[in-house]
Amino acid sequence: MSRDVAIVAFAQSDHRRHTDDLSEVEMVMPVLHEVQRRTGLKAADIGFTCSGSSDYLAGRAFSFTMALDGVGAWPPISESHVETDGAWALYEAWVKLLTGEADTALVYSYGKSSGGSVRDVLTRQLDPYYLAPLWPDSVALAALQAQALVDAGDTDEPALAAIAARSREDARTNPHAQLPGARPQGGYAVRPLRTGDCPPVGDGAAAVILAAGDRARELCERPAWIRGMDHRIEAHSLGVRDLTDSPSTRLAAERAGAFDGPVDTAELHAPFTSQEVVLRKALRLDDSVRVNPSGGALAANPVMAAGLIRLGEAAARIHRGESDRALAHATSGPCLQQNLVAVLEGETRAR
Amino acid sequence: MPAAAPPPEALRAPLVVEFPFTRSLGPVQSAFLTGLRERTVLGVRTEAGGVLVPPVEYDPVTAAELRELVEVAPTGTVTTWAWNPEPRRGQPLETPFAWVLVRLDGADTALLHALDAPGPEAVRTGLRVRIRWAAERSGAITDIACFEPYEGDESTREREPAPHEGGFEEPVTGIVAPARLDYTYSPGRAQTRYLHGLAERRTVGERCPSCAKVYVPPRGACPTCGVATTDRVEVGPRGTVTTFCIVNIKAKNLDIEVPYVYAHIALDGAGLALHGRIAGIPYDEVRMGLRVEPVWSEDGRYPDHYRPTGETDADYDTYKELL
Repeated sequence: MSRDVAIVAFAQSDHRRHTDDLSEVEMVMPVLHEVQRRTGLKAADIGFTCSGSSDYLAGRAFSFTMALDGVGAWPPISESHVETDGAWALYEAWVKLLTGEADTALVYSYGKSSGGSVRDVLTRQLDPYYLAPLWPDSVALAALQAQALVDAGDTDEPALAAIAARSREDARTNPHAQLPGARPQGGYAVRPLRTGDCPPVGDGAAAVILAAGDRARELCERPAWIRGMDHRIEAHSLGVRDLTDSPSTRLAAERAGAFDGPVDTAELHAPFTSQEVVLRKALRLDDSVRVNPSGGALAANPVMAAGLIRLGEAAARIHRGESDRALAHATSGPCLQQNLVAVLEGETRAR
Repeated sequence: MPAAAPPPEALRAPLVVEFPFTRSLGPVQSAFLTGLRERTVLGVRTEAGGVLVPPVEYDPVTAAELRELVEVAPTGTVTTWAWNPEPRRGQPLETPFAWVLVRLDGADTALLHALDAPGPEAVRTGLRVRIRWAAERSGAITDIACFEPYEGDESTREREPAPHEGGFEEPVTGIVAPARLDYTYSPGRAQTRYLHGLAERRTVGERCPSCAKVYVPPRGACPTCGVATTDRVEVGPRGTVTTFCIVNIKAKNLDIEVPYVYAHIALDGAGLALHGRIAGIPYDEVRMGLRVEPVWSEDGRYPDHYRPTGETDADYDTYKELL
């Protein structure tokens, strides 16, 4: 059986450096209500719910169960959770809809990094034998990748600065962005990466609704049909990988059908400027493709939601008629360890 | 109480999450980490003939089980680097250093560690380096204190790694990796209001605008309706024991004699029961329906426990929906 599944609604919070005034559920609830309002669906109408988050960010065990309070999960709903970016929750929901077990799905994710030090928190996802005891933080690992790119002649500091400036200029039109507008690159965080090459640390949430077939057409004027989606992972050890390339992204893109035809838009989850260089190479994107019109993760990077937001932003452009075929990418882990690629399409508009 | 009262100042408190991860080692990891203790660096040969350092139990390409150990040199070449001007807690050096990936002589892959160098101008890709061993070694990646620049014997550079049995006296079979993360906890809107209420010795729940249930303590949302709780409702102070258990195991760091009673208590006006300890009555006389009231802690910030009020027990029908 083959079914077409589409993203029919997307909402995100304003991404902020601090949200001390809000608990996680208080931060998540408004975006849940917004996608429900846009589709007219209530909790009881939704066939499957899947979320993505990590308890390590805020240091609260089982915090995702508290966030579920915002869904309206009683009487019991069909529900699942992934301890990673919400893009992978969307993948799980997509598969659930493809099986025919549900016709609609709610996917949401959130990250409240402000309570801790996300650079240090992310060291805990590393190999516990050979890496974690050294506490190599996320910026340091990205900087090793950036230097490898510089050594290979793939980029240089001015090119990275241009990526930072373009992303934040584009974010001026994104009302949810944390860093709208270009700003000085600043000093070295970990050389060769400057502060401007790094994503902002902040809190935020996002939600999408998926629907299958005619249900999608009922809920959305121009659904963003998921034509393909795949995710792949690199070898575990950084020293085994060629950090200047991303074969996992390329393979996921092939399997998602990204190379079967041109895309007009790409929302890439590249928290560091240097990672956009790797992804452009892996995805063979040339200057004809509009990359990260939202500003991308350099303008707002709520960890665990930033990947889902790439899918949501790409879908929203199709909803608005600003894109006909878009690529969305999400990443997880150090130096683009794991990568997800989706291809979204809008149906040809009536003239 | 008006729902539109201005939000109180957000509460904040330090929160430390600290845990030792105790992990067992596979045979290859055990040989590698024991080798570091003995100042010997081992790699593992893959099916394709390459040498992985640090070694792993399974081939990252073919997933084949790997067991063929070889010894590589303590000298090597930097394959990429990054200058860290502000070392963070737990990192290998306390003074500015370079993160490096180093391909040791005889290996085909690179190991992540720190390089002690005077400044970024002293570091480049291709730099020759050697291991500086830690003075005290226990069989861990930190037995390598760091790398240091090395201009010396180049004869090891192209040498084929020698086979190694991997046998050592008293091999390490596990690691204990301590982890500590520091947070600032902020409880959010609903719980901040609740905690401010407790400080005034009042228990204030929040009502769901949809189903009218009063949540104590409030967490900000009605889990049944999925909407924000809004109206603040003072409940109690008295309540009813809906169910209870007798605790016979003394908890660590808890200065309470066993046995004691831990109960679900439905405060008057609350839509669900909260947890609390019952005291002021022999443990074997506590019963469902017992009427209780809070006894506040010495600093008055929360109920330390609940004690009997002396009222007649509540009728089962009055609390059966709150069980």
